[in-house]
Amino acid sequence: MSIQAQYLGMPLSLDDLEVENLTYFKHCAAHDFHLQACANCSLLRYPPTTACPWCTSREAKWVPVEGKGAVHSYTEVHHAIQPAFKGHTPYMVLLVDLDRQLGKPTEHEALRIVGNLATPDGKLAKPEMVKRVGIGTRVRMVFTDVAPGLALPQWIIDEAAKQPDNPWRYPQE
Amino acid sequence: MPLPADTDVSSPKHLRDKYAIVGVGETTYTRGSGMTTRALGTWAVSNAMLDAGLKAADVDGMLSYQSGDSTFAPFIAGDLGIRLNFYMDVFGGGSSTEALIGIAMGVIEAGMCKTVAIFRAMNGFSQVRIGGTGARSAVPVTSDMLHSRAYGWQSAGQMFSPTFMRHMYDYGTKPAQVAAVRAAHSNHASNNPKAYYQKRVTVEDVLASRVICKPLHLLDCCVETDNATAVIIARADRARDLKHTPALIRGVAGRVCKPRIDMHYQAGPISTVAGRYAREILWPNSGVGPEDVDVTGSYDAFTFTTMLQLEDYGFCKKGEGGRYVSDGTINLGGRRPNNTSGGHLCEGYTHGMNMVIENVRQLRHDVDDSCPKGPDGKREHTYDYKEGGCRQVKGCEVTANLGWAMPGTGSAMVMRRG
Repeated sequence: MSIQAQYLGMPLSLDDLEVENLTYFKHCAAHDFHLQACANCSLLRYPPTTACPWCTSREAKWVPVEGKGAVHSYTEVHHAIQPAFKGHTPYMVLLVDLDRQLGKPTEHEALRIVGNLATPDGKLAKPEMVKRVGIGTRVRMVFTDVAPGLALPQWIIDEAAKQPDNPWRYPQE
Repeated sequence: MPLPADTDVSSPKHLRDKYAIVGVGETTYTRGSGMTTRALGTWAVSNAMLDAGLKAADVDGMLSYQSGDSTFAPFIAGDLGIRLNFYMDVFGGGSSTEALIGIAMGVIEAGMCKTVAIFRAMNGFSQVRIGGTGARSAVPVTSDMLHSRAYGWQSAGQMFSPTFMRHMYDYGTKPAQVAAVRAAHSNHASNNPKAYYQKRVTVEDVLASRVICKPLHLLDCCVETDNATAVIIARADRARDLKHTPALIRGVAGRVCKPRIDMHYQAGPISTVAGRYAREILWPNSGVGPEDVDVTGSYDAFTFTTMLQLEDYGFCKKGEGGRYVSDGTINLGGRRPNNTSGGHLCEGYTHGMNMVIENVRQLRHDVDDSCPKGPDGKREHTYDYKEGGCRQVKGCEVTANLGWAMPGTGSAMVMRRG
């Protein structure tokens, strides 16, 4: 079933042919993060795809994955171009290395999940919180509910985890 | 420099020096062209034909690249009275120039046509904004874009920044080192009467300009302009009958990709870009290496893209790109100037074509600056690179263009003076 929704005043839609994306976001809507695991080589993959990037098998099953990891890199947007984000600067786009499958299948690979730095209820984080986050910051996943069958995975600082002394941030504040 | 002839017809090397860029042309670089991309494209292609000394009947192939923001080749050909034996309009922006030059060589080699004009016509300021603002920023977010645009991760600067940031983290690259790219290109543009921005800026100016998205300041980003640009490809033996010293094509690499190109951040190191792979095609096929190159055209959508590519194509050791772009090497008068026209940061935004045009003119020893003209109508270059002066590189024999689509995709080309 297709999805038409609004998020921050921005139209989001998924056609009913988007089987993989619909399944991915359905799990997110249940606040239960899942990724595809290849039926042949067992490797997880992100974002959803129609075949395995490592072994080309077209068979996969959805498996639950814990949304915990560390920031691999980021950008901090001060001049938004999308109208939806103009009232929310500065906002952070994080690339997060999941703990699961880190360094596999090769040393420099990881499941790198995109998300904004958010608050526990899934709203975009305020500037004071943005200043605390950099490369290495431990984060955990929360969800922004958008519509039935559609929630966006987001990241919050994992207050329970041991944090690096100084996460790496761009030197100019 | 003399380069060895290669007779190994069992490898791509046998195409070395067999094809040439025989004509180059562009419109003026403006913000507010006041005309259609069809009119711009027609203007640029006709300028390239005039430059080569070719008539409509001499051109029978046409290629263009665009992303739904331009006019297709048959309209440009029709306007110029060109009957085509081959044409193709390809989807894409940056890194297309070198890739399409390779395609042009291939279709001529296949006997499909004899001479190919390649153009890029765009109103990148007044119609489809290259920075992604305006209408493009407000289109509905659908399908796989939910994994990027729904997070405010959309423009080129936003999409590339995690790569730039990680390079700083991995190698200690400093903002001031990268800002030196803009300072160098602005110095070059100050000697280019065609450049949109001709004012020189300093590293301090770049770092003091407002932050767009970290690590990019306003002046780390290229200019958005309206313009069309064109080059004409023919066999080198035909080129010798034409007006200019031909720019012989030594080798090309086209749209070479990193692994997982649909979401290249999954495969690292993310501070490495596609040039790491493209160089393995470019240098062996060209029969030269970075040390042989006199002038580079490393794509400067952003200051960082120039630095990352120069590093991954091997002009310096991995991780030393920051030093390489800030120690004077890439400046006019330095060992290996980059983007002597001012490039995308200052001359105008063309998705790569103006950097190829500039290197063709460098190889002709005939860049268009403010040096006095001699009796033959050609500039008598002073090699004094002060503001408003010369920008010809003395004795330029070999150039390299390094085209960029995104961190995961790039194209490249080596040319030499014929």
